Amino acid sequence: MLKDQILTETYTPPGRHREVGLSDEQVIDMYRKMVLARAIDERVWTLGRLGKVHFVLTSAGHEAAQVGAAFALRPGYDWVLPYYRDMALVLTLGLTPYEIMANFLGRRDDPCSRGRQMPVHWSARRLNIVSGSSPVGTQVPHAAGIGLACKLRREDRVTFVSFGEGATSTGDWHEGMNFAGIHQLPVIFFCENNGYAISVPYRKQVACNSVADRAAGYRMPGITVDGMDPIATYAAVKAAVDRARSGGGPTLIEARCYRFTPHSSADDDRTYRPRDEVEAWRRRDPIVLFKNYLAASGLLDDDLDRRIQAQVRAEVDEATDRAEACPYPDISELYTHVYGS
Amino acid sequence: MAVKTLIEAIRDALAEEMRRDPAVIVLGEDVGYRGGVFRATEGLIQEFGEERVIDTPLAESGIVGVAIGAALNGFRPVAEIQFADFIAPAIDQIVNEAARMRYRSAGEWWCPLVIRAPFGGGIHGGLYHSQSVEAYFTHVPGLKVVVPSNPYDAKGLLKAAIRDDDPVLYFEHKKAYRLVKGEVPEGDYIVPIGSAKIARPGRHLTVIAYGLMTTYAIEAAERAAAEGIDVEVVDLLTLYPPDKATILESVKKTSRALVVYEDNLTGGFGAEIAAIIAEEAFPYLDAPVMRLAGPDVPAMPYAAPLEEAFMPNPEKILTKIRELAAY
Amino acid sequence: MAVKVVMPQLGESVTEGTVVRWIKKVGERVEKYEPLLEVMTDKVNAEVPAPATGVLLEILVPEGETVPVGRELAVIAEVGAEAETAPPSLAAPERPARPEPASVGVDVVQQRSSPIVRRLVQEYGIDLSEIRGTGIGGRVTKEDVLRYVAERQRAAAAVKETPPAEAPPPAGPDEEVIPVSPMRRQIAQHMVRSYQTIPHAWLAMEADVTRLVRLREATKDEFRRREGIDLTYLPFVVKAAVEALKEYPVLNSVWAEDKIIIKKRINIGIAVALEDGLIVPVIKEADQKSIAGLARAIADLVDRARSGRLTLDDVQGGTFTVNNTGALGSVISRPIINEPQVGILTSEAIVKRPVVVDDAIAIRSVMFLCLSFDHRVIDGLTASRFLQAVKRRLEAFDERTSVY
Repeated sequence: MLKDQILTETYTPPGRHREVGLSDEQVIDMYRKMVLARAIDERVWTLGRLGKVHFVLTSAGHEAAQVGAAFALRPGYDWVLPYYRDMALVLTLGLTPYEIMANFLGRRDDPCSRGRQMPVHWSARRLNIVSGSSPVGTQVPHAAGIGLACKLRREDRVTFVSFGEGATSTGDWHEGMNFAGIHQLPVIFFCENNGYAISVPYRKQVACNSVADRAAGYRMPGITVDGMDPIATYAAVKAAVDRARSGGGPTLIEARCYRFTPHSSADDDRTYRPRDEVEAWRRRDPIVLFKNYLAASGLLDDDLDRRIQAQVRAEVDEATDRAEACPYPDISELYTHVYGS
Repeated sequence: MAVKTLIEAIRDALAEEMRRDPAVIVLGEDVGYRGGVFRATEGLIQEFGEERVIDTPLAESGIVGVAIGAALNGFRPVAEIQFADFIAPAIDQIVNEAARMRYRSAGEWWCPLVIRAPFGGGIHGGLYHSQSVEAYFTHVPGLKVVVPSNPYDAKGLLKAAIRDDDPVLYFEHKKAYRLVKGEVPEGDYIVPIGSAKIARPGRHLTVIAYGLMTTYAIEAAERAAAEGIDVEVVDLLTLYPPDKATILESVKKTSRALVVYEDNLTGGFGAEIAAIIAEEAFPYLDAPVMRLAGPDVPAMPYAAPLEEAFMPNPEKILTKIRELAAY
Repeated sequence: MAVKVVMPQLGESVTEGTVVRWIKKVGERVEKYEPLLEVMTDKVNAEVPAPATGVLLEILVPEGETVPVGRELAVIAEVGAEAETAPPSLAAPERPARPEPASVGVDVVQQRSSPIVRRLVQEYGIDLSEIRGTGIGGRVTKEDVLRYVAERQRAAAAVKETPPAEAPPPAGPDEEVIPVSPMRRQIAQHMVRSYQTIPHAWLAMEADVTRLVRLREATKDEFRRREGIDLTYLPFVVKAAVEALKEYPVLNSVWAEDKIIIKKRINIGIAVALEDGLIVPVIKEADQKSIAGLARAIADLVDRARSGRLTLDDVQGGTFTVNNTGALGSVISRPIINEPQVGILTSEAIVKRPVVVDDAIAIRSVMFLCLSFDHRVIDGLTASRFLQAVKRRLEAFDERTSVY
């Protein structure tokens, strides 16, 4: 467990969201997205246990951080370079449940790679979500290069790149941060610190007390925020986005959260995480916490919640059925898109 | 027509492309006010400014990574790796990212990017300023690898590389920079990527080479002619994907093939050419496919006699030609 | 509809799993996605959900048993809920047929003959051992073959002997070495090929050509004056042969393994003796010519043969050969068939001999006709009848015969 890990009990005070510029409709929508993300999450794990999905990796526990951050961006306008755990993020930005299911099932309608990449290698040109790979951290210099291009064109688009705390150890991460800091590029570096890179705990990963401390070496502010609170995360990312848009340069944001599942379907986290630690965090499920907040703010009652849950379930069922019926890509596709000409 | 050196032709191509297309930017260590340690980018920052000619930190992986990002977002970056020997940290970005971006996104994202690097030895560069690195890249589908041998092709190929929508590795032999001169037309022209050239036609024997070795092979061929051996020299120019048609046509004509490359013999790119010939021109062969290459030692030493022992040269090529001709 | 429950793959590189506990029992109703059983692997333990809504019909793997991924664990009888759409099956990619290894060249005569050399000798029908090699260790190179072929072609076109290209090896003290000219070599190869591939049978008959002799005696001077060429017996023989071939066309054919191809044109090859060899120019469509026409054709061919002015066309296309061995004094001979033809006829020397005619001794001019024939195509019966036909016609030439 992180020494200073934030264990949120509840968000106070009710109504706080309006102070950071979020409307009532927006926070209900945030909640809906978090519930939807979790429902897709659970369905995908089920499909994995049925042998239909060969690799499962989801965002359970990260929903607040990702949904909060996504609400601060302009989808399809700003540039986004997510990492593999960002399912809730890309869902909120505009990837549909069907597309996400097709991605997990490796079907032809997978928008990220038409079944070529393993699941969760997100990509969607229409949403300016850039294709990522498996080597960790390589997207960070890309983000710097994309930010450089925006700056050369004098655009007000920002570039949002996310990663876990493990990525902040890679050479590429430091090279990308350094370049962005030298040229004060409009990039938001968003670290979802859940305390574990697969099984390697934070203390063996990062030589600083917090990931945000690293920012000092790269001429940009470093902010730590409660990643289990979507409003707090939203506020932090919004501030960074506003700064970047107005030429104020890059920001490093560290959102502290917790991973409720093993790293992926190929991992057994019982070998490195004590059960009581996991249980302690599960009791502070961000979705439950946010539901309580919305109730306290007078925006969500049991009736509405039931309706949301039912809608979400129906959406997930429909997406699953459709994706399972979608054909695989044709064998001839093996040879396409090697070169442009 | 003006006579230029290899480095001048490269510089001309860069300047002309940057004038023609505002999306072309140059980045790398010392490419700005220093003009590049070989002066390949001399004059560019004065003409195009700091925003388009970027002195980067010392971070090869980051240089290529940033270039990839800029390429994804509408620019045509020409990244320089100061010496090909230092390209290793960037291999992940080149091979796992740039090469595969188009394929992995099923055509939604791609990298119109050029990575230039001086390579090769014979200039007392020792282990880390003499390496040939093309073999790391000449088997990665999604990449193109180009090695000009002369100023005319250098200018045309670099222009083609910059205009290509796929990542192109462009390796320049540093010894040939000032050694090889030739006529270069003013103005715009393209040498298409993917075509080998007959640098010297002949009937008895084909020598296939690239980089500085093409110049040396031509020299050896001229000397062989005096001995009655008529050598055809094929200049590969594009290593990957290789121009099999030109290579095979030549070997089918002469029935004898010698592949010359400066890189280590085993697993060097010329080995692939030899394999292609052996497999696809077998019925036409009158002798085994032979190779002349650098020895299988970790690199070219600094001490002059050792370096000379490593480097193929016209004399060694001529000896091998004679051997092949007599078979 | 019965739905199978199979052991899922619960992680990369997981190949089997153990059934720990059946949560549902046989006969119990199950909902889709409801946990059905607990499974243990070396990486992950998990509850396996039901793939469909219905009744658990059958449990196939009991608790405690370990089975490989994909093995059927249970069967659910679908009830009520819609049948689950099965995922489209991934069509196994067509395995490309294993390519046959390229057939190895059959005619590797020498070690170290390269692919191009083997190909060239096969194409040109050359015996590799004929060629002297200039490559390492005496290897025959591509250049050596091409040079040899060019020479041979020159020799064939010119149809005269060319001096040997290379100096002959030195002779031993008790021998004299005669270099083999290209023509000699060609003749040798041809003869060998013919003799090796064709089962030769031979037949001879004697023709009484007394009246033919008288005919020729009577007309030769006039012929000479009018035509400028001599009237020999050969045109008469050719005429008889041609008429006989019309009667027995199977002698004017070619053996083609599974068929016999009968040639419609009758092109008669005439063997012409040269000083150090022989050549067989061809009278094209000999059946269209009169005896005089044949005489003219023969004279022309022989003249050009002897002066080395035959063209390639002159020596190609023959369907049957006639050899006037009698001109050289032979009374009986056994010719070798000019392959790929199936028969060759010789006309031997005409000699005066006492023969029995109507039980009395008479002096008659007689000529042996000899026929070598391809016994694959022709049997003794046909050969005999053919030769009889030639003999009959030769014997029928008399003073009333017009040569035109």
